[in-house]
Amino acid sequence: MAAKAAASARATGPLPAHADIAIVGAGIMGLGIAHNLALLGQRNIVVLDAHTLAWGASGRNGGGLRQQWSTEMNIRLMQESLEICGAFAQQVGINIWMRQGGYLFLARTKTTLERLERSVALQNRCDVPTRQISVDDVQAIVPEINVEPYVGACFNPTDAIVFPWPFLWGYARAAARRGVAIFTETPLTAIDRRGDDFVLTTPRGSLTAGRVICAAGAWSPEVARLAGGTLPDWPARHEILSTEPLKPFLKPMVSVLESGLYFSQSLRGEVVGGISQDDPRDSTVRMGSRLGFVEKLARGMIQVIPRLAEVKVVRQWAGPYDMSPDGTPIVGELPGVPGFFVCCGFSGHGFMMAPVVSRYYALALRGKEKHPLFDAWSAQRFAGGGIVGDGDGGNDGSGAPREDMIIG
Amino acid sequence: MAKKIILCRCEDVTLHDVNNAVASGFGELEEVKRYTGFGTGPCQGKECLREVALAIAAATGKPPAAMQPFTTRPPLCPTPLRLFAAGAASTDDDDDDDDDNGSGDGR
Repeated sequence: MAAKAAASARATGPLPAHADIAIVGAGIMGLGIAHNLALLGQRNIVVLDAHTLAWGASGRNGGGLRQQWSTEMNIRLMQESLEICGAFAQQVGINIWMRQGGYLFLARTKTTLERLERSVALQNRCDVPTRQISVDDVQAIVPEINVEPYVGACFNPTDAIVFPWPFLWGYARAAARRGVAIFTETPLTAIDRRGDDFVLTTPRGSLTAGRVICAAGAWSPEVARLAGGTLPDWPARHEILSTEPLKPFLKPMVSVLESGLYFSQSLRGEVVGGISQDDPRDSTVRMGSRLGFVEKLARGMIQVIPRLAEVKVVRQWAGPYDMSPDGTPIVGELPGVPGFFVCCGFSGHGFMMAPVVSRYYALALRGKEKHPLFDAWSAQRFAGGGIVGDGDGGNDGSGAPREDMIIG
Repeated sequence: MAKKIILCRCEDVTLHDVNNAVASGFGELEEVKRYTGFGTGPCQGKECLREVALAIAAATGKPPAAMQPFTTRPPLCPTPLRLFAAGAASTDDDDDDDDDNGSGDGR
């Protein structure tokens, strides 16, 4: 074949004997951390993944990027994440199919509306131009919506969607170009200690590592267990579907907070959507597709836009959310396992957070800058099996305010 | 020439695109699917899976028989939302044997 020698993003051959930093998980978070570390001059980075690129949650999500959050930290982080995404195509050299059509949150009840109102005020203080709008305004934005069941909405025109897959090729290629070795289809079978180092064993051989970063999403608790640590997050199956491509008609991502329904039209023209399901808590990752999900989502989508009834479903699939007990991510050195760092527990929002979080994670590992997220999201809060207070979102001094805008 | 040979008609994926994916280090069907988007359109790979698998085999030298097909996604054919909405919410249809990539090792 006359295929030109494009730079291979994937390492081949045997594992190196040693890595200064080994990253477990080649999703957007792990690759983002690797890329940013390499940009900051870190050498000798190895990324390991049990599967192929985009196989896990990074390749299975809806690609939504929103700044409508209820805590200042999340709002500001997502403002920065959007900026990074806006520049990504040019800096990394790949099209991420980004479309800034906004996010529209519909409220069925006054209670939800008031809940949204509180967040909008905070978002506006952070210069996010979210507006509380009437149902008439909703129809002006998306004329196809049947507004009858709703009492109001909020809309931020600067929220966006992307196509998730290219982020992985982009980060992987950029990282590989700077010397990061990415080994896919290389599952970890053991993590042992040898002096100050870790020994990582895989079917491909083993390597020693000075520091290990676990960015394995919903698989993180399994990885932590190999290292003799404990993580409190768990996997939750979330299903999603895609329709046939349609002419562009739907600008914003549409979401109903009460049911966890969301859908948007991608730049490929497909309508992509999901909805919360009431599953019992899983202990292992499960990704089977279910008919009950499509039925529930179909009813939800048709209720919002009746004309979608004739639109055809083309495919459905599932991916694991990495659920944290308090909905807040889990970062930093894992208590009891010095040198083993985690970046997980993003509870369904890790993809949109990764562009900015991976940058701050690299800055912290290089000792350049410690973003406040490392205190607010510290893995230390679970040390000793401590139970997290069920914070009500208030600032009562009992810890960080709890995020209210978690979908799913 | 390879730029003009279309292997996946739903998503306009050419032989050149597949060769490019392989040259970039992505030679598994699951990877090529995600890298090129082949097999994600209305036919869901029913027309193109074999063609793409043969193209990967030619580019990598791997025997076609050694290649794992990608996970088949429901529904069987494009189906209107209206028909699903009319379904009796079956909550007990958990298809655990149909987890991604079948066998327990995730492949």
